[in-house]
Amino acid sequence: MSEVSALMGAVAEGRTRVEEGGLVGMITLRGDLDSARVKAAVKDATGLDVPGQRQVVTGDDASVAWMSPDELLIVVAHDQAPGTVAAMAQALADEFATVANVSDARALFRVSGPSAREAVAKLAPVDLHPASFGAGEMRRTRLAQVPAAIWLSGDDELSLICFRSVAKYVFGILELSAADGAEVGIF
Amino acid sequence: MSTRLASGGRLIDRSAAREFSFNGKRLTGYAGDTLASALLANGQTLMGRSFKYHRPRGVVASGAEEPNALMGIGKDGTFEPNQRATTTELFNGLEAESQNHWPSLDFDVGVVNNSLAKFFPAGFYYKTFMFPRPAWKHVFEPIVRQSAGLGKAPKDRDADRYEHFYAFVDVMIAGGGIAGLQAALTAGATGARVLLVEQTAHWGGRAPVDGVEIDGKPADEWINDALQALEGMENVSVRSRTMASGVYDHGYVLAYERLTDHAPEMDGPRHRLWRIRARQVITATGAIERPLSFAGNDIPGVMLASAVRDYVVNWGVSVGDRTVVVTNNDDAYRTALALHGAGLSVPAIVDARATVTGDLPEQARAAGIRVLSGAGIAMVKGKKSVTGVSICTQAGEGASTDEIACEAVAMSGGWSPVVHLWSHCGGKLIWDEDQAHFRPDPSRAPTGHDGKPFVIAGGAAFGELSSAATLASANHAAATAAEALGLSAPAGDTPATNDPAETAMEPVWIMPQGAGHAKRMKMWLDYQNDVKVSDVQLAAREGYESVEHTKRYTTLGMATDQGKLSNINGLATLAGALNDAIPNVGTTTFRPPYTPISLGSIAGEARGEVFQPLRRTPMQDWHEDRGAYLEPVGHWRRPYCYPAAGESHEQAVHREVLATRNSLGLLDASTLGKILVKGPDAGQFMDMLYTNMMSSLKPGRCRYGLMCNENGFLMDDGVVARIDEETFLVHTTSGGAEHVHGHMEDWLQCEWWDWKVHTVNLTEQFAQVAVVGPNSRKVLEKLGSDIDLSKEALPFMAWTEGKIGGFDARVFRISFSGELSFEIAVPASQGRAFWDSLHDAGGEFDATPYGTEALHIMRAEKGFIMIGDETDGTVIPQDLGLTWAISKKKEDYLGKRAQARSHMTDPTRWKLVGLETVDGSVLPDGAYAVAGGTNANGQGNVQGRVTSTYHSPTLGRGIAMGLVLNGPDRMGEVIEFNKVDGGTVAAKIVDPVFFDPEGEKQNV
Repeated sequence: MSEVSALMGAVAEGRTRVEEGGLVGMITLRGDLDSARVKAAVKDATGLDVPGQRQVVTGDDASVAWMSPDELLIVVAHDQAPGTVAAMAQALADEFATVANVSDARALFRVSGPSAREAVAKLAPVDLHPASFGAGEMRRTRLAQVPAAIWLSGDDELSLICFRSVAKYVFGILELSAADGAEVGIF
Repeated sequence: MSTRLASGGRLIDRSAAREFSFNGKRLTGYAGDTLASALLANGQTLMGRSFKYHRPRGVVASGAEEPNALMGIGKDGTFEPNQRATTTELFNGLEAESQNHWPSLDFDVGVVNNSLAKFFPAGFYYKTFMFPRPAWKHVFEPIVRQSAGLGKAPKDRDADRYEHFYAFVDVMIAGGGIAGLQAALTAGATGARVLLVEQTAHWGGRAPVDGVEIDGKPADEWINDALQALEGMENVSVRSRTMASGVYDHGYVLAYERLTDHAPEMDGPRHRLWRIRARQVITATGAIERPLSFAGNDIPGVMLASAVRDYVVNWGVSVGDRTVVVTNNDDAYRTALALHGAGLSVPAIVDARATVTGDLPEQARAAGIRVLSGAGIAMVKGKKSVTGVSICTQAGEGASTDEIACEAVAMSGGWSPVVHLWSHCGGKLIWDEDQAHFRPDPSRAPTGHDGKPFVIAGGAAFGELSSAATLASANHAAATAAEALGLSAPAGDTPATNDPAETAMEPVWIMPQGAGHAKRMKMWLDYQNDVKVSDVQLAAREGYESVEHTKRYTTLGMATDQGKLSNINGLATLAGALNDAIPNVGTTTFRPPYTPISLGSIAGEARGEVFQPLRRTPMQDWHEDRGAYLEPVGHWRRPYCYPAAGESHEQAVHREVLATRNSLGLLDASTLGKILVKGPDAGQFMDMLYTNMMSSLKPGRCRYGLMCNENGFLMDDGVVARIDEETFLVHTTSGGAEHVHGHMEDWLQCEWWDWKVHTVNLTEQFAQVAVVGPNSRKVLEKLGSDIDLSKEALPFMAWTEGKIGGFDARVFRISFSGELSFEIAVPASQGRAFWDSLHDAGGEFDATPYGTEALHIMRAEKGFIMIGDETDGTVIPQDLGLTWAISKKKEDYLGKRAQARSHMTDPTRWKLVGLETVDGSVLPDGAYAVAGGTNANGQGNVQGRVTSTYHSPTLGRGIAMGLVLNGPDRMGEVIEFNKVDGGTVAAKIVDPVFFDPEGEKQNV
């Protein structure tokens, strides 16, 4: 049985590179982020603390991102997601909290290169200036006409997630925005 | 005639020739030319025809304010109409054509309107509506439609690409003249993030042309130093060819960057629309010179004095050997001196002021130029070009005192600050008596979210017309912005300048002041829309006292230039006619964009393949490879049917229905909404969302439910599965998932915020396949499963989970077709493989993919309603005979109270029935049941309508559902439905369940 991501790792090469990031485990956790049990469940599952507002924390093999006042996104390896969901659901059984595997509901993209920020800033109404948007920042926003979330995953690399069904659209608009010759030159 | 001078032209590169064409004629200019300067250099003074009278027109200005020299630029996929020649940079291969002429620019038959001008007065267009009434439709409208409009609409697809860019800055500075540069230097020194934009390709604005010296250096040198300093600042960005087009609430600013208009061979997008959030905005947008209203002021060769100067200094172009300067201020003397300095003749400077002193007039006199004080132009002579002027006293009625032969007239009526950006978001203006213009009133600035000003005007845009005052004002603007941002501005000195002492200007709104009607009919205010002094005066006489009404009645300022030249002159004329003060008359409203921006830039990336996000299921490639005919369902594109070679869509649909009913059909149901509802209060929440009882549903079981909005109308339907005590999985319609999820969150966040319920939209987490038909169980068993799929273990309306063919499956025993049916959800990453293996395993059962139309037919055969067919936002469940799905026990649910309103309980509401045509034909979709007679409006009375209608391949006849007056009580009655082509068709009222009413096929 083969498992495939939405665009099976499609790549657009150029001075700015756009790549679909393949399958990644993603877990939605909704609950009271101040609750000791929620914090403990996150720590046990990922080794990471609950991030602050608009932040993402990254460990060796997991990340935890703040999505809303009562929602976290936990990123793990794709094959780890079902087990992590089960463990967290177990740990939070007596808590008003919801854990759901959303790995396959999403697509992950990476945009890299010196103009990566600018390519994304053509689509997302977010201040991506290096002085405003650094490592550890997470933004839930939109890319042109669809919802998305953005964080910095390397010096010149942004990671983006969107819904799986619009992966082809997002790849299309990223490819256009990242095209050679379309650099803005402001950041 | 205009021509290129042997030397001069600070912006052109005489070593780089540029070939272009105008109306098919091949011409040559230089790099750095605008289309306007290149045309003038080639002696082409006639550049267009006016809108209404088709009068010959030449270029008036040298920048964004140009009303006349509008061209169609490019061809085919790059053609764009109404482009100002003055802001079009010349490039090799540029193709331009003039507009609004027929058959040619030189000879235009429409000019006959000109001779009939007295029959086309102000408000002509509106008057044609009134009398005689039939004349509008049969006479005027065809003529007006034929002759209206300037440029032609492009016929081809736009060949270029466009994009947006989101920028966030502390200080946004609009305008790259010396004021903008100085403001950027000062603001930049505070460390604030600064963005400076300039609409042209060049920095420094008018200063170099006007011979300004700053800090002892020629302006050009100071400008270069300033730019270098700015480029050295990490926190400052400068963009040329970028126009700030509008200022909006909360510091939102749009800027329009033209990337390749000047060099179409370059890669990348043509235009970029900057969507900027600025904490403070400084408008350093300069000022625009005003024309003077004298008879014949629209004849080609009559130009703004500043433009004449620009063409000589910037592009080395003479607009005529002899230029008469006419003015009411000192600044126009700079033009006379520039022309004189270039070796051209200035036969006279006609100054309306009674006494003329000041440094510049003295310099002119010293240069031997004749200065006529207290004088005006009585009339410009010439038709397609200026041949001379007759001079009069400004105080008189226009009797000619002298005639001067000339090829050009340089006019200056004073300067108006460009207050557009200041005004867009509510900045108010004050009337400056001394300079006779409106200028920004800093005490009534546009205010932001905190009630504090966020726009500051600086330089000439603030009404400071000397370079010294401009620079001081720019510094002050930057310091004000810094203070608002909580930053301290270093106390930078204002650079020193060499300004000559200028004496006061004197407002002149009509020249000569006592001009009679014949002259006033030849004084143009709005060149592009052909509005004259006499038109505005007529409007005033006809009772149009408000400047906004006069604008619309006369079309003053309504052309593509939005009255940049005509606004102040027009309202001063109106004030004069109303015998009121100019500030009492006020201005019309300044609205964005400052100059027109391309529609492409507004659309940005949204065109072609990425015009809108189209949603794709994990099996979408399979459908497309299979040649599925797709139909829109929300933003999904679902297979409507899968036509085989040579098969019509109808044939394909019928084949798919029969294959499913007889053996095995497979439907990609991934688009169905799937929303997780979880929490201690989930049962209570579900009971409020649905009309029926959901809290009593047992884990492992499914229940169909109806969802209404608070007005009682049916909103969505679907099957709910109870996962565990605290968890439900809500299935919604394909198009309704996002809306239903939003509806849930709305109620949870705004009304029932203390209920412990979470929702998670899992729609796309799962690929879902409906495995349907008598052989559906067999194909699943063949794939191999650890689930007992028997009727006993997994009865109708139960669900379970396990492995099927190695896939992680959740299996729902639900049926929308009336057949034995399993809806199976697998993780989306496994969806395509699962779909493929179902087809592989289903080969022996003739597994047939079916589309939405087969789905619709099968549900209609079973009498199942479809949201959007049987419902249209005005239908309640009771109309559809769904009272069995409305709980009587529940105290409340969303819509319950609304459904108790008198109109909702009215027994005459149309009710759902089945309809069978007597002749077996298919009823037209949406047909009305006729009731005989007519209503008060003379329309035929009706007693029902068709909501769904199909040919049923299972039954071999047309079947339909419809809402009919007292329908359920009229079983067996035959009523008539209208047809599209006239006539009616008879249909019998029957039960809506046409097929297998006992449900024997699905319950196996």
